Amino acid sequence: MGNIATREAYGAALAELGEKYKNVVVLDADLSKSTKTHDFKKKYPDRFFNMGISEQDLIGTAAGFATCGKIPFASTFAMFATGRAFEQIRNSIAYPRLNVKIAATHAGITLGEDGASHQAIEDVAIMRAVPNMTIVNPADALSARKAIEAAIQYNGPMYIRLGRLGVPEVYKEDIDFTIGKGILVEEGKDVTIIAAGFMVHLAIEASAMLKEEGISAEVIDMHTIKPIDKDLIIGSAKKTGAIVTAEEHNIIGGLGGAVAEVLCEEYPVPVVRVGIKDVFGQSGKPMELVELYGISAKDIAAAARQAIAKK
Amino acid sequence: MENRVLGELKATANAIRKDIITMLAESKSGHPGGSLSAVEILTYLYFKEMNVNPSSPKDENRDRFVLSKGHGAPVLYSTLAEKGYFPKEELMKLRKTNAMLQGHPDMKGTPGVDMSTGSLGQGLSVSNGMALSAKLDNKSYRVYALLGDGELQEGQVWEAALTAAHYKLDNLTIFIDHNGLQIDGTNEEVKNVNPIEDKWKAFGWHTISIDGHDLLQIEKAVEEAKGTKGKPTVIIASTVKGKGISFMENEVGWHGVAPNAEQKEQALKELEVLK
Repeated sequence: MGNIATREAYGAALAELGEKYKNVVVLDADLSKSTKTHDFKKKYPDRFFNMGISEQDLIGTAAGFATCGKIPFASTFAMFATGRAFEQIRNSIAYPRLNVKIAATHAGITLGEDGASHQAIEDVAIMRAVPNMTIVNPADALSARKAIEAAIQYNGPMYIRLGRLGVPEVYKEDIDFTIGKGILVEEGKDVTIIAAGFMVHLAIEASAMLKEEGISAEVIDMHTIKPIDKDLIIGSAKKTGAIVTAEEHNIIGGLGGAVAEVLCEEYPVPVVRVGIKDVFGQSGKPMELVELYGISAKDIAAAARQAIAKK
Repeated sequence: MENRVLGELKATANAIRKDIITMLAESKSGHPGGSLSAVEILTYLYFKEMNVNPSSPKDENRDRFVLSKGHGAPVLYSTLAEKGYFPKEELMKLRKTNAMLQGHPDMKGTPGVDMSTGSLGQGLSVSNGMALSAKLDNKSYRVYALLGDGELQEGQVWEAALTAAHYKLDNLTIFIDHNGLQIDGTNEEVKNVNPIEDKWKAFGWHTISIDGHDLLQIEKAVEEAKGTKGKPTVIIASTVKGKGISFMENEVGWHGVAPNAEQKEQALKELEVLK
């Protein structure tokens, strides 16, 4: 199968699951062709609401739907959801713990050509700091499909981080996708790579590179960044004694920060974080940016060697 | 409405004003001015108009009310207590640690509060979501919201104004509590929001301007809104900030300051005479 972006899987999942879950409504802010909510719109026009280019209103309206028992998915780019409408998310959704799913696409630098103004690299940090918020960042099409159904079944505010770029399959067979439980993708004994979203498949590539050098890497898909799966992190740290985190996000406040917080307090081992090094991105082809900003499979492998050397 | 009903509503409004003064004096913190200006609007909605039942505050067919100007919490709390949603003793614990009544409305903690508010500009979007939901489910409940006039300076209000008109939300009626004052001065001094009616008209709303302390005018406007099809209605209610208390009326300083014991006694005396 060709590469599928998690945003495409999201759109397809909504269109499919809308049949079964009649309470799902979808709101967008003039980006339905990009966020892929237009698949849902075509199938269930009565349950699709275009809010126009007004993200604060998008989030507030979704909150209103949730107070009436609907399960609203509010979609726009990650930048605008968590940036433009931060306070609406905090006060109109998270504080009253309303059942709104913020499905934010085009996250991270793999958005590519549109450049820094559109590349959300701080969205996870922002959402992590908000009480009551759950954060899910699926790795591939199958896990995105699973994440959307899990989100529908979960009652509470959720931020779902989705990508623009097509990604290879991480999962070839059905998986158990449970919110708050990471997935052990590959077992290893020398180092653990904990990744989320698009970075999971790069972590798998890095693991293959390390294998050629005789290094056995464990790979974890931490699809739920909050609440994070502490048991899985600590268990793996006890086994391998060295951790690398990999995320398409600023190294401040994201997955790497979350993992480091757990390990510092509960089971200190060397941690090396791979992520955007507190700089803004730029326009370019996604995979060129991945190289340029030092978050490629090669960079993850190098980080793994560093982490092992620190043991 | 009948004279008897009008007399009852006036007495209820007076009782709500007394509760506002007493609870604020007790908490030594809160917003009297913009609570007192909205008393007749809430009195009319909760005691004459809205289909609500305090013993079933989450009934899915109930009418909704969103206090977008969340700092007006004291008038909402007094109204809800008067209506029987919770015991009046709670009012005396306003803004106190581990008490039910937060500084701004909290829908999770307070029966009868349909939406958590406090940060200005967000209530209309939420009301739109409620009204859209009613349309989607073919439910006949109506949605009411109260916005401040200073609040109209928030951009989100106008995003939401477009939405309500675009989706023809004729099951939505909002009030603007137009008392003319905000924290730093008059609306004109801070950033002019006038002419208010022209703006909403231009945004595709049905508009009605009334005296927001005249219960008969409120009744007429609400009935007109209910009969208006294909558009949301905004009722621009001219009000007096601090209404009913001589030394608070039209005084910008009474936006967010609670009365002391002496001022409380004076205020209650004035309200006693009104009754």
